[in-house]
Amino acid sequence: MSDNDNTGNAGNIDTSGNTPPDADPSFGFATRAIHAGARPDAVTGARSTPIYQTTAYVFEDVDHAADLFNLQTFGFIYSRLTNPTVAVLEERIANLEGGRACVCSASGHAAQFLTFFTLLEPGDEFIASRNLYGGSITQFGISFKKLGWTCHFVDPRDPENFRAALTPRCKAIFVEQLANPGAVVVDVEPIADIAHAAGIPLIVDNTVPSPYLFRPFDWGADLIVHSTTKFLSGHGNAMGGALVESGHFDWAQNDKFPSMTKPDPAYHDLTFYETFGDFGFTTKARAVALRDFGPSLSPANAFYTITGIETLPLRMQRHTENAQAVAEFLEAHPAVAWVSYPGLKSSPYRGLAKKYLPVGCGSVFTFGLKGGFEAGVKLVESVNLFSHLANLGDTRSLIIHPASTTHRQLSEAQQIAAGAGPDVIRLSVGIESVEDLIRDLDTGLRSATAD
Amino acid sequence: MTGASVSLAPLHYDNDLVRRILRETRTIAMVGASPNWVRPSNFAMKYLQGKGYRVIPVNPRAAGTQILGEQTYTSLADLADAAPGPVEIVDIFRSSDAAGAVVDEAIALKDRLGARTVWMQLGVRNADAARRAEEAGLTVIMDRCVKIEYGRLFGEIGWQGVNSGIISAKRPRLHH
Ligand SMILES: Cc1ncc(COP(=O)(O)O)c(C=O)c1O
Repeated sequence: MSDNDNTGNAGNIDTSGNTPPDADPSFGFATRAIHAGARPDAVTGARSTPIYQTTAYVFEDVDHAADLFNLQTFGFIYSRLTNPTVAVLEERIANLEGGRACVCSASGHAAQFLTFFTLLEPGDEFIASRNLYGGSITQFGISFKKLGWTCHFVDPRDPENFRAALTPRCKAIFVEQLANPGAVVVDVEPIADIAHAAGIPLIVDNTVPSPYLFRPFDWGADLIVHSTTKFLSGHGNAMGGALVESGHFDWAQNDKFPSMTKPDPAYHDLTFYETFGDFGFTTKARAVALRDFGPSLSPANAFYTITGIETLPLRMQRHTENAQAVAEFLEAHPAVAWVSYPGLKSSPYRGLAKKYLPVGCGSVFTFGLKGGFEAGVKLVESVNLFSHLANLGDTRSLIIHPASTTHRQLSEAQQIAAGAGPDVIRLSVGIESVEDLIRDLDTGLRSATAD
Repeated sequence: MTGASVSLAPLHYDNDLVRRILRETRTIAMVGASPNWVRPSNFAMKYLQGKGYRVIPVNPRAAGTQILGEQTYTSLADLADAAPGPVEIVDIFRSSDAAGAVVDEAIALKDRLGARTVWMQLGVRNADAARRAEEAGLTVIMDRCVKIEYGRLFGEIGWQGVNSGIISAKRPRLHH
């Protein structure tokens, strides 16, 4: 029988601002970093978020069970889909990004997979900045290929490169802000305009700035992905990922996104965009991609990440101050050829950084050694306080020589194109006493350049 | 796409107002309720029934049949004749244009129905009709889903990672 329930939820997506319609705008970022999503436990009154180390949840009755499986009611079935501790983290991240909804995952890479599985059909394509975390380049360029998805990589420094690479099957544009490894500041706003003119969403990997430094939805992004493993968690003790939707993208403006706008046979012909409206994308990512592939975040890791986020504003302030001081020290050091940090006067990204990162430029950047590859290897071996490892966004200061580690398999030309030439060192500056960090680097640089 | 409201500024409603409406309501007339279980109105009806509300469907095309165990009425007038007791909310699942006539019917029948609030669903906005309803002493909510608002204000929507916008250190009440 036909019916006159013809409004749907989809025609009215508000495109005018980023604050969710009923959010209280009077709460500041630091307050929301502590409170969003985490009221006291209704049953026990527990104040910090309990770790629901639980897999399954008792149904009230058969009808309630049916409603849950049909997505007709909110509630918990099984922790592969939803878990009360993970849900607190999801709402927290959605709130801090000024987004509508979030789904968390076991790692940042898993969040990227959930995003593209929800967006793409076999044979589809997307465009990504070539300045990405190396693992993302491999995921997009090689592993996604096996699923029938093609990624075209472009130089992000000129936004027009994205327009030039558009094809009829392109379904998204993906960029990283403060892009790996050399903190490339990407001009997000015109890239968002190019995506929207093509009727496709802009996805921003906001891992390195964190929402404290950069708010992609304010500049036109439609989806955000995070490796919460990094600054959000902040302590280097928990893997995790997140996908956030702004709620402002109209999935029904064209026929490019059938998984959002066509009845889904996996859910009795439910249409996700019509039924869930501005949180339809994350609902679909959860109800299908997370359900069927299973990269769920563990409740314990969610708890560590929630606890980490409470101090995000304080940590990011300190990370940024320390990074600025270390970058200035390195720039003046005789053994250093160049420093690529957008907070320096010498940086070509200073203008863009003022626009997009007014509070600070984060703490991950690269510098070049006059002594080349040999000096790089010696430096990472002779520092004492900087940990030699492949990660970023830890309270501890981290150092890596990409050419001898993460970018080892590439040719020298490829290394240079990726910003990881033989002379390049990448730092993730921690929140220790900055004098100690500077002394440690100074000692290391002396031994790296001795004779 | 109804599209009409795409360019309109978002509406803001005080959380306390919406919470009070939901707390003071027992019965909702759902105009445009669908018998098809995958339609959004049917989802909302089922959910609200589960929260203890009586939801009475109004839909001429399904009149005389039952939706989710409730008799379906042709119109609000037809429903008022059946005198089911106070119907505090008239919830409109129709297009923004069609909502005007429904609102006028709700105004005319407000005392017989015991109606206090006219609620237009997500995507439904009709400013002229809203003004007429307010002048008649009705509270008006537009462009919101009753189910989503219930889930948001009583803590459930965050279970699905949705940003409720609620910041509070108060211990939540277990039931509305
Ligand atoms: C910018 C960026 N995005 C994504 C990832 C992948 O995240 P994960 O390691 O949590 O899978 C990383 C990890 O290094 C990263 O630095």
